[in-house]
Amino acid sequence: MQILRIVYFIVIWALLPISGFAADGEAIMVHGGSNPVAMPCIACHGADGKGIPSSGFPRLSGLPAPYIEKQLYDFRSGARENPVMGPIAKALSDEEIKELALAYSKRPKVNVNNSNKSNPVQGSGAWIATRGEWSKNIPECTLCHGPDGVGVGDAFPPLAGQSPLYLENQLNAWKEQKIITPKKASHIPATRHNDPNYLMQHIAASLTEVQIKAVSEYFGSLGDSTEPFDESQHRLR
Amino acid sequence: MKKYSKHCIALISVFLCANIYAADKSKLDDQTQIPAAPNKGSSEKYFQPPKDSDLQNNAFGDLVHKGEALFVNTKALAPQNVGNEMNCVNCHLDRGRKANSSPMWGAYPMYPAYRKKNNKVNTYAERLQGCFSYSMNGTPPPADGEIILALTAYSYWLSTGAPTGKALPGRGFDEPQPPKGGFDIARGKVVYENQCVICHGENGEGKKVGVNYVFPPLWGKDSYNWGAGMHRINTAAGFIQHNMPLGRGETLSDVEAWDVAAYVNMHERPQDPRLIDGDIEKTRKRFHADDGVNLYGATVNGVLIGQGIK
Repeated sequence: MQILRIVYFIVIWALLPISGFAADGEAIMVHGGSNPVAMPCIACHGADGKGIPSSGFPRLSGLPAPYIEKQLYDFRSGARENPVMGPIAKALSDEEIKELALAYSKRPKVNVNNSNKSNPVQGSGAWIATRGEWSKNIPECTLCHGPDGVGVGDAFPPLAGQSPLYLENQLNAWKEQKIITPKKASHIPATRHNDPNYLMQHIAASLTEVQIKAVSEYFGSLGDSTEPFDESQHRLR
Repeated sequence: MKKYSKHCIALISVFLCANIYAADKSKLDDQTQIPAAPNKGSSEKYFQPPKDSDLQNNAFGDLVHKGEALFVNTKALAPQNVGNEMNCVNCHLDRGRKANSSPMWGAYPMYPAYRKKNNKVNTYAERLQGCFSYSMNGTPPPADGEIILALTAYSYWLSTGAPTGKALPGRGFDEPQPPKGGFDIARGKVVYENQCVICHGENGEGKKVGVNYVFPPLWGKDSYNWGAGMHRINTAAGFIQHNMPLGRGETLSDVEAWDVAAYVNMHERPQDPRLIDGDIEKTRKRFHADDGVNLYGATVNGVLIGQGIK
């Protein structure tokens, strides 16, 4: 009897990581959270987790788990305001957030094709991405988001692999919008306030509308190589 | 007699050669403090280096581009000369163009430079070699080799139209005045944790993508050594105050910049390559005592600073 109990114990513990961890995150993606308000992620983020570019729904596949977790908590608290994600993040439990983030982080990371490093035209999207506009204190995007915008650590997410529309929406979300009609000028406050150390807000505010579109188009067009992300590669700036 | 004098000349030559060899180490231009650059008038603009589109498409343009590429990806393109994980662009932001980030247009026109301290004249090539020895803790490339030539061409081009021999506003790092009550390492630690950890890491280790560093290590074996200009607290304070956090320069107070610079520069890093007889105190007296504000050879919390790291 004693032996049977020990065997039972071992089997349960051996299976627990499979049933309790990876499988749950994947299951939430497909079926949603235990609270039905938390809809299945795949509805907007795609079965492959690469998002729906034409709708501006972002890629989650391969993003760092701590980054995804932070965003979900920020949606919940309102530090990142979003009418769709706010209620979903509130409906997800802490445990579900943790598992989802982990599951998405294990999906393939974006790997851009070795981009053409030849000299970009001044003022173009590629220029802002790789040179910045220091006269307005805008560092090149790649300085923090990494060469080709593949992302750095847990705090600087990949820009490559995201759609131009998503990137443009985010840059606009960091800044206050001015709406000027013949009758009056009104302000819509920024909807994102969750940048660590206020690193993004002033950049978004200093970029022009044209620059925002151009730089979003640049990162959105870098594509996703079919080869897996290789940590042993040189990634030149 | 003729035979004798021939021997004599040979002997003297040998002696001279030996002397030159012995002096060779100090022939490198080191990174000791330069006089402060003049302040910029409020209506004045900083010197504007040329635009990329102004560069000619010929052999000169190619050399400049090569220099620019080395400037940005120094470790990856010149691994034989870079002993740590630093790139020129880490301290000279915007590809060596940014004022108060020791821009190349502020440095190049000041050479050849006379050094009163040792009554020497140093060339720009020697100054670049100094960067490889100290900031990059490596082996300087030959003065007439392609790396130094390309970096020199790039600096020369960035200086197009700048007056020679005249210190321009924006040169160096425009160091803030030291805090009245002195810097405070404990306060600096708090600033570091709030503002710097996100990029440079809890232990100053920096952050990588693939094999290349994106955020440079600030101390430890992969950072600048004890001979680098950046090891001076005043110099690091200038860099930090004007340029850090990235894109949010001039948001930290002068006191915060000094405190956090002291915190960064109290940590161990590779030994000063000019180390005399393996003796920190001798090296401190000779090279660090009169070189701005630094902690080399000091004792902080009972620990001797400047022991180096392999």
